[in-house]
Amino acid sequence: MSVVTQIQPHRPGRFRVFIGRAFSRPSFVIGFTIIVMSIALALFPQIFAPYDPLAFDMTAIQQAPSLAHPFGTDNFGRDVLSRVIWAYRVDMQMALFATIFALTIGVTVGAFVGYYGGIADTIFGRCVDAIITFPFLVLVIAIVAVLGPGLVNMYIAITIVNWVYYARLTRAEIMTQKANDYAAAGRVLGYSDRRIIFRHLLPNAMSPIIVYWMTDMALAILLGSSLGYLGLGAQPPAAEWGVLISEGRNFLLTAWWMSLMPGLAIVLTGLGFSLLGDALADLLRPKGR
Amino acid sequence: MNMLTMEPAAPLLSIRDLSMRFAKNRSLSDTIAGRPRQIVSALNGVDLDVMPAETLGIVGESGCGKSTLARCIAGLHRPSSGDIRFEGESVIGLKGANRRAYNRRVQMMFQDPYTSLNPRMTVRDTLREAISVHRMREGAAIDRRIDELLDLVRLPEGAADKYPHEFSGGQRQRIGIARALSLEPTCLVADELVSALDVSVQAQVVNLLLELQDNLGLTVLFVAHDLRLVRHVSHRVAVIYLGAIVEVGPSEALFSRPRHPYSQALLAAAPSLDPADRKRAPALSGELPSPLDIPPGCPFHVRCPHAAERCRIEKPMLRPVGAGMAACHFAETISAA
Repeated sequence: MSVVTQIQPHRPGRFRVFIGRAFSRPSFVIGFTIIVMSIALALFPQIFAPYDPLAFDMTAIQQAPSLAHPFGTDNFGRDVLSRVIWAYRVDMQMALFATIFALTIGVTVGAFVGYYGGIADTIFGRCVDAIITFPFLVLVIAIVAVLGPGLVNMYIAITIVNWVYYARLTRAEIMTQKANDYAAAGRVLGYSDRRIIFRHLLPNAMSPIIVYWMTDMALAILLGSSLGYLGLGAQPPAAEWGVLISEGRNFLLTAWWMSLMPGLAIVLTGLGFSLLGDALADLLRPKGR
Repeated sequence: MNMLTMEPAAPLLSIRDLSMRFAKNRSLSDTIAGRPRQIVSALNGVDLDVMPAETLGIVGESGCGKSTLARCIAGLHRPSSGDIRFEGESVIGLKGANRRAYNRRVQMMFQDPYTSLNPRMTVRDTLREAISVHRMREGAAIDRRIDELLDLVRLPEGAADKYPHEFSGGQRQRIGIARALSLEPTCLVADELVSALDVSVQAQVVNLLLELQDNLGLTVLFVAHDLRLVRHVSHRVAVIYLGAIVEVGPSEALFSRPRHPYSQALLAAAPSLDPADRKRAPALSGELPSPLDIPPGCPFHVRCPHAAERCRIEKPMLRPVGAGMAACHFAETISAA
């Protein structure tokens, strides 16, 4: 018998190929850059912020943007740029925590009901209908009103409503994948349902879910700052974009920068997530067979 | 049913009175009007024995229940009634370890080369998973076995670390064969294994299957609609019509002298290679009746040129005719004609 050689011919790894294709796309490059910078700002605001975001300066109240204060100052003389930068920490956290639990729960539930169907699927369908009937924001506000304002309660409220959308998407994807013969092959090969769902069906169903997750993070920031604006999310004096816009709303004519600058931060981050999601939608689309 | 035990050896698989009915979903208006659910009868009392190490061809029109039968045997569908026995043990509704043990012996290969392999797994991942779930090999022996399997199905070196989309249809079907063989099964169910492939590639795959069968002593159920192909590969052939076997017999005998009028019509419908033979009347008149509404009596009587009063009332049973068996009241007189 000949010795089996272990040396494989060199082929570029799948990951390397993917990265190469990704960075040849302007939308991916721009979105990726914005998000990486946002994450850096969220992780290390103390490095980037020129001033203490909470320090009052009664000698510099409501100053227009200048070299010393590029985004101006607010009605307590706090530096708006520093407050916007510190707000990255809260808002990026919202993007993650308001979606990640919904994603985990929704994908798991959706995968099971999509795979097994039957009575569980029917019950699930009715629950989804019930939740989707309510306008998203109204339902979240109602739940926060019951639980009380604050970030953690806001995450809980958003998760309660939001998992449904992930579950619905996952269910449909799993049902499509399940119709493929490789799922039947898995059963004939004697694999357990868990193995078929998590090792075979779900990896093939994940692309649209990840794309949706990206856009959903943008939506989560919008929703979180809306609640912050309404006083139901992050609480002042914490810096959060919605809270900052709310603080500036009484001074729109005299100190427009107080509301405009955090608003631009929301737009920029939202744009980043959307571009990234859009680019991933193209990149993850299965290759022609 | 003692006529079914004419064969001397014990059958590997024996199928008795197998039926499979699917309930169609009722529309809202049907539910309100109280109309009953429509039932699709895909299989209506299939009786069939599969002998060890033989190739049994199963032929029939589209929608006659060939694939349903294959899937019932592989354990993908649970039949509504009847029994499938493998080496004497019933295999209906097996669960857990028993089902795994059965499927280790009886494997299936699928029709569509494009959807039957997980697109996100390399060939090596696919084969390794099957081998390790069933503990066919351990450790480094797994990789040696993978090389062996790929060699067996004649895939080029280096194929192991490629993804399905890098292969042609014929190569993918050979990966499917390798995956089935990785469990070292006794019986292979090939559901339209090559019907999605080009004719030249079909020959390669089919000849590979025949060679493997010879070398490994496999029993093969070859489900197909291509009659020439079935004739080429099968020792015995079963003709299925509307979910029931109408004729079964040794391949040569059945193809040279079909006994059942449906088999005759099916063979006559196959295009001839002789140009002089071109202008023939269609062998079969009428459409295949809907499996929602199977005719009473002989299911073939609405299309049969020889149908008599008896055919409309009494359903013929499979009985020995010539070298095989046929389910026709007038098999002797018709085939003599």
